[in-house]
Amino acid sequence: MDDMISLTFLAALASAAWRLATPLIFASIGEVFSERAGVLNIGLEGTMLVGAFCGFAAAAATGNIPLGLLAGVAGGMLFGLVFAFFTITIKADQIVVGAALNLLGMGLTAFLFRTYYVSTGKGIEIAQPVHIPWLSDLPFLGEAFFRQNLIVYSTVLVAILAALVLYRTSFGLTLRAVGEHPKAVDVAGRSVVGYRYAAVLVGTGLAGLGGAFLTLGHSNQFVEGITSGRGFIALAVVVFARWSPIGAFFVSLLFGLFYALQLMLQAQASIVVPYQVLQALPYIMTIVTLVALRGKGAAPSKLGQPYEMR
Amino acid sequence: MSTKPFLRIDNIRKRFGPIIASDGVSLEIEEGEIHSLLGENGAGKSVLMSMICGMVRPDEGDIVYKGQSVRFTSPRDAIRERIGMVHQHFMLVPNLTVAENYILGQGSALSVISNMTTVHRKIRALSERYALDVRPEAIVEDLSVGEQQRVEILKVLFHGIDLLILDEPTAVLTPQETDRLLSLMGDLVKDGKTVVFISHKLDEVMRVSNRISVMRDGRVVNTVKVGETNARELARMMVGRDVRMELPRSPKPPGRIVLSVENLTCRAETGLPAVRGVSLDVRAGEIVGIAGVSGNGQTELSLALSGLLPVDSGRVILNGNDITGHDPAKINARRFSHIPEDRHKHGIVLPLSLSENTILQRYNQKPFATGGMLNRRVIGEHTRDLIKRFRVRSRDENQPIAALSGGNQQKLVVARELARDPDFILVNQLARGIDIGAMEFVMEEMLRQRDSGRAILLISTELEELFAICDRILVMFHGEILGELPPDRARLDELGLLMAGNKDQPALAG
Ligand SMILES: Nc1ncnc2c1ncn2[C@@H]1O[C@H](COP(=O)(O)OP(=O)(O)O)[C@@H](O)[C@H]1O
Ligand SMILES: [Mg+2]
Repeated sequence: MDDMISLTFLAALASAAWRLATPLIFASIGEVFSERAGVLNIGLEGTMLVGAFCGFAAAAATGNIPLGLLAGVAGGMLFGLVFAFFTITIKADQIVVGAALNLLGMGLTAFLFRTYYVSTGKGIEIAQPVHIPWLSDLPFLGEAFFRQNLIVYSTVLVAILAALVLYRTSFGLTLRAVGEHPKAVDVAGRSVVGYRYAAVLVGTGLAGLGGAFLTLGHSNQFVEGITSGRGFIALAVVVFARWSPIGAFFVSLLFGLFYALQLMLQAQASIVVPYQVLQALPYIMTIVTLVALRGKGAAPSKLGQPYEMR
Repeated sequence: MSTKPFLRIDNIRKRFGPIIASDGVSLEIEEGEIHSLLGENGAGKSVLMSMICGMVRPDEGDIVYKGQSVRFTSPRDAIRERIGMVHQHFMLVPNLTVAENYILGQGSALSVISNMTTVHRKIRALSERYALDVRPEAIVEDLSVGEQQRVEILKVLFHGIDLLILDEPTAVLTPQETDRLLSLMGDLVKDGKTVVFISHKLDEVMRVSNRISVMRDGRVVNTVKVGETNARELARMMVGRDVRMELPRSPKPPGRIVLSVENLTCRAETGLPAVRGVSLDVRAGEIVGIAGVSGNGQTELSLALSGLLPVDSGRVILNGNDITGHDPAKINARRFSHIPEDRHKHGIVLPLSLSENTILQRYNQKPFATGGMLNRRVIGEHTRDLIKRFRVRSRDENQPIAALSGGNQQKLVVARELARDPDFILVNQLARGIDIGAMEFVMEEMLRQRDSGRAILLISTELEELFAICDRILVMFHGEILGELPPDRARLDELGLLMAGNKDQPALAG
């Protein structure tokens, strides 16, 4: 019981929390873009799976991790294009299409994986922690925060960049307007459809990246259903974060902490709680969050609604 | 005025599926004039002007502007040619600042927003020049409707225009704000701009225009100079026949108190206080009006009275029974009728037939149902009778009510509510969306109900409607009743001050 509160435990916890939060950070920041433009993509889970698989396949073939990440983004965006076509161009219901894409993502990646990879059972080289001079050597802090791989570090950059784009550029301004009053954007001479496509592509690209991190920066293998609900948790993160990219970063960290805690408590022999209960922790927290934050709040007012042109 | 028109619209046609919105419209606008476009709801005014500002593309016909034939594909094209329109429904993004709204869509999409201080300065300068009182850093959703409208007008000026089109701008304003807007239109013309003013209010149109064009059924029926016409003639052109502007009213002392509201408070759906301690009585045989700019708690008051919104405190007494917080079905059963503001949300079910809509509250009662089964024959007869008495224009009673025009839907709602033989009738926006002919009819019907001893509470933003039939008018502002006035047009100024929240200085107008 003593080592639960030891510094080593805390440092390991913090380190694992950030690492486990990374896929959530990418996916939820992406979803912030999508939802700010009025498109609710519940197909994140499927999209992340596709990203995880594409990343794994590309890296397995080339041994090149950046290429793998790129493939993950591309796979996610391809999926996003399908989603955008049905929801924005055809104006099909966003929930139905999102649900279909989740099923498709799960089935497709499982099928391809079984066909091409499962017999080889071969893992890949994953991104290694980067040693930052001085910082990584700090007592406690170094171990807690500065022994990560580049993909994990990049989440900070992505969050800051996302906030700058959303709040400081003409693109971001228009995007925020598209989710609130698309007609005003139309009248101002910008294409609502174009912006929604762009938002969905940013969103699914980042979700794909989050998926690819799972196979390229976390585990060294693709496993069927490797995302295990992270796509759905990312949706909850967006609500909790009140549709802000920086908020999504920190809320994801909080959820990462639940994941890490769950894993590390399982490893504690002295804890007698059944491990299934611990495993459920992140999901229980998701439900608690959504219930606690029910109601409209700061949601974009046209979230989920197709735009009828004049 | 120049010989060549500034803007010429030539034989424009536009249809939306089966609806012909523009049926060969021709119109000429001179440079530097205020040209009013007058017409009933649905006459095709907004669609016509939307075609000039690039929002809607005409099917046929020509638009010649400054001597050149133009064909806009988006409002941006029109802005580039210095044509701007302030729409009936504002085109402002509520969660952005005023300045952000102004730069929306400007510059390259990839550009970083950096020149905000310049933009703010430009907005302040324009705001001062036209005394519009617009703050560039204000968030739009925090502004009142009147303020938002000034923001819209300034937006168009900010983009730089020669032709300004205002679509029913006064519908949401107090009389004072309306005065201010009308004088602004004069200032703009002095600055060399041309204004098209869309309205269905005769008095305003008579006050500001140089020329007036009247639209009916998708056509311009006539264009007249303001000095050569009068309100009666204009009204006749709008409707296509003579209209009685005054309704005869029998003076009769009101009877016992039917509805009594004591210190009622409730919150809007957003959780903000909307009705703050309203008390009022409505007696048998009187029509009590509630005037006010929309958004001052009228919606919530009517929803709370009819049981559609929870009451925080206070009491509602109907015929001596406390009905506070009862559900709508119970309230309805106590001879309470409700003609709602938003008929699609609270009045009718669009996909259902006229018959089904007439029995919405009584489908399980005799004679409409026996033993749990609907009695189709009785329902059909009942509906046909209402259709005939209220002159609801429809194919038959089995048609979905969605197929009817707004005015005819409203007539059916009125018919249904009166057929339930109520003691008290709550009306919110009696004549919304209906034409003058139908309006006259439902107003006369309300007076008949009054004379037969029913108590009526009429909430309206249309002062004409209130003056025409009310026995007294209460003014609502920020969720409170600020005062009471007789329905006397001579005291319009006082009414306006109350509507603007000026409680302490009655009769100080001008
Ligand atoms: N986008 C649209 N789709 C279908 N019908 C429309 C559309 N816009 C206008 N209409 C119809 O065209 C007619 C004219 O409308 P409008 O120009 O808005 O009238 P108003 O004179 O009250 O401004 C109405 O019958 C209206 O229902
Ligand atoms: Mg109109």
